[in-house]
Amino acid sequence: MTRYFTDEHEWIEVNGNEAVVGITDYAQSQLGDIVFVEIPAVGTNVTKGGDAAVVESVKAASDVYAPVSGTVTTGNDALNDDPSLVNSDPEGEGWFFRLTLEDPSQLDGLMDAAAYKAFVAAL
Amino acid sequence: MSETETPELDASAEAPSALPLDAWHRARGARMVEFAGYHMPIHYDGIMAEHLWTRAHAGLFDVSHMGQLMISGPDVDAALEQVISTDVTTLAEGRQRYGLLLNEDGGILDDLMVARAPMGLYLVVNGAMKWDDIAHLREHLPDDIVINHLADRALIALQGPEAVTALKRVVPGVDSLFFMEAGPFLWELEPLWISRSGYTGEDGFEISIPAEHVTTFVEALCAQPEVKPIGLGARDSLRLEAGLPLYGHDLDPETDPVSADLMFGFSKRRRAEGGFPGEQVILTRLANGPDRKRVGLLVEGRMPVREGAVIYAGDTEVGRVTSGGFAPSVNAPIAMGYVSASHAAPGIALEADVRGKRVPLTVTPMPFIPNNYHRRGAAK
Repeated sequence: MTRYFTDEHEWIEVNGNEAVVGITDYAQSQLGDIVFVEIPAVGTNVTKGGDAAVVESVKAASDVYAPVSGTVTTGNDALNDDPSLVNSDPEGEGWFFRLTLEDPSQLDGLMDAAAYKAFVAAL
Repeated sequence: MSETETPELDASAEAPSALPLDAWHRARGARMVEFAGYHMPIHYDGIMAEHLWTRAHAGLFDVSHMGQLMISGPDVDAALEQVISTDVTTLAEGRQRYGLLLNEDGGILDDLMVARAPMGLYLVVNGAMKWDDIAHLREHLPDDIVINHLADRALIALQGPEAVTALKRVVPGVDSLFFMEAGPFLWELEPLWISRSGYTGEDGFEISIPAEHVTTFVEALCAQPEVKPIGLGARDSLRLEAGLPLYGHDLDPETDPVSADLMFGFSKRRRAEGGFPGEQVILTRLANGPDRKRVGLLVEGRMPVREGAVIYAGDTEVGRVTSGGFAPSVNAPIAMGYVSASHAAPGIALEADVRGKRVPLTVTPMPFIPNNYHRRGAAK
């Protein structure tokens, strides 16, 4: 399993042709208290860099982009009952959705953990 | 990930300025944003915690971006009544009233507070509007009326059920004020002007203090166990729960006081005598009823409905949300907006469009949670 990061602060953990997507700890810290997450429906085709989900803090709504193209296979229903999981465990229990990769070569342009850490440090 | 809606952030052509407490906010760990041309704290510990703290204890807000004006001169009461809705003539010393700055069409240029101070009429206007307001007042008030912009004073709000307990330890005697009363006080020989008022629906105070002393003053307040600093984010969610409009969002020059449901700002005398800008438009609309009305909206489910969302009754567009978000004390999303008068009665079911989805709404009376003001004469 390998975890990649985008410059829009999404993470994607890849296992073969399947992947899990969420937002990073940095992202949740910038958003503040999260009160609602709109997860794409199972079967939705998402496009790399396109809208995939919406995360709502007390203050504002933010788009979450798909790190790669693919088809959504599962949404994290636990976020319906407790959206604050994104604050408390953004890179674990607060995952957003699973998808099947359309083109694994799209992962090539993403950052690894070390590169993302350096990217955030420079912000 | 990117923010798609930032209703609180006002664009300003010039670089933002620093307020007197800028360094203090940063040292307290505030996340700073640009608002009304200034760097301001959006939150310290998080909006939810700060909101709930204010409802239970006392929250300290830096509102030094707001405009503080002292207006004086011959027949100043009558002069000011020519430009605002407030009944100034009957305003006794030490009393404060809400009011609206109006244009000739009855549109709202700003909302404000006016208090009778020993030196004149003390006005507090919105930070984002203060330069326009000063220009408008200068243009429309007689030349012998003096408008003194108190730019060397900071403004601090202390809000919440424990505000009086905390503040009277620092400034003895403030507990003698009731809601919408104001007066001069001293703190370490510095002159304060304090009113018992605010923008949260809670009991609380707004304190004007010379800017060079504000840092030590807020340190003294924050040393009280009841007090924590609160950012703009919670200020917005608190005022929305209190049903209080935010200028530039819920009020604007195209909106009149009748539609905005702010006619309480006009006394019986002022309605009878007129003599305010847009008098014909406003009194006609009051007699005939407005076409649209500002209402509170309860939102079904958990998804917030925010500013700009179109409101429908079936397939018919009947209005628009002007403020909306998650309400921590209600523990649900709430909104405020304008709907056609035929759909403005409490209990009417409507829908909002959010990203192509229909979200059920119910028109509801405001405030969303009961006010907690310390009114003169009220049983407590």
